[in-house]
Amino acid sequence: MAKGILGKKLGMTRIFTDEGHAIPVTVIEAGPCVVVQKKTKDKDGYYSVQLGYGNIRERLVNKPETGHFKRAKVSPHRYLREFRASEDLPYEIGAEIKVDIFNKGDLVDIVGTSIGKGFAGSIKRWNFSKGPMSHGSLFHRSPGSLGATGLSRVLKGTKLPGRLGGKRVTIQNLEVVRVDPERNLLLVKGSVPGRRGSLLIIKEAIKSKLTKNKR
Amino acid sequence: MNMIDIIEKEQLRDDIPEFSPGDSVKVHAKVVEGGRERIQVFEGIVLSRRGSGTRETFTVRKISAGIGVERTFPLHSPRIDKIEVTRYGRVKRAKLYYLRDRVGRRARVKEARRR
Repeated sequence: MAKGILGKKLGMTRIFTDEGHAIPVTVIEAGPCVVVQKKTKDKDGYYSVQLGYGNIRERLVNKPETGHFKRAKVSPHRYLREFRASEDLPYEIGAEIKVDIFNKGDLVDIVGTSIGKGFAGSIKRWNFSKGPMSHGSLFHRSPGSLGATGLSRVLKGTKLPGRLGGKRVTIQNLEVVRVDPERNLLLVKGSVPGRRGSLLIIKEAIKSKLTKNKR
Repeated sequence: MNMIDIIEKEQLRDDIPEFSPGDSVKVHAKVVEGGRERIQVFEGIVLSRRGSGTRETFTVRKISAGIGVERTFPLHSPRIDKIEVTRYGRVKRAKLYYLRDRVGRRARVKEARRR
């Protein structure tokens, strides 16, 4: 069964295992989420569950959104995200989803928005090599040749400077190190895209061998 | 207090004695050797302490068989059995990296009167 929850990145730290190994972890405040809508094959063409997460002042919710929450008989939430499923999931509208759907040792995929770097040059953006900064060199950080002269144009997809970051990024197969249902915390090994306080979508890993074996 | 601090606080050890750079310490470190765990003592002068919370580490330098050996331990690591302070040193800076360039009598640290 597909599992998913919404959360907020709180930051990183490290914790010690019982054997004394220090492991880097990202602390995520995950849930509690509420099922706001369910989509079904008959009505919408596919199965999915829409989750709401995060407090919001009522004044900030616009009229169509208010109606949407009212219909589900739940209080308004800041974020709404949909989780696709292959079959009808046994969640009712209004049901609360908490971190305890995950266990220690599970593998998860985490989706977030990467930190925006603004307009970045090709060295930072595409790992191009720098030119010599001294010894009379006039070639420092520019991208260099953009292609052959015969074409008289630049090929599409050529790596050039531009906006870097601020995009949706998925990190796959992160290990759940600890689950704390009381404080709605999820500790995941390794780093996660985005700044502190940014929204994260946490899903069961789709590529992991562990989850495949369970099925 | 933010959540990160709370999580780190749970990991902190409260049995660490107070010590600072310049002090001489005996670190009783747990080492696994051939599947068996034993305690190894590393004795030397504390060169530096850095970081905060669970990330805090300290570096100890000793002269072993004429060769300077430095080891950096995570302060709150469960692999440290205990830390003993054998001597308090009087030093004028927080990082004693200058000791690396000194040999023999010049590499000493004066003892502090009292703490």
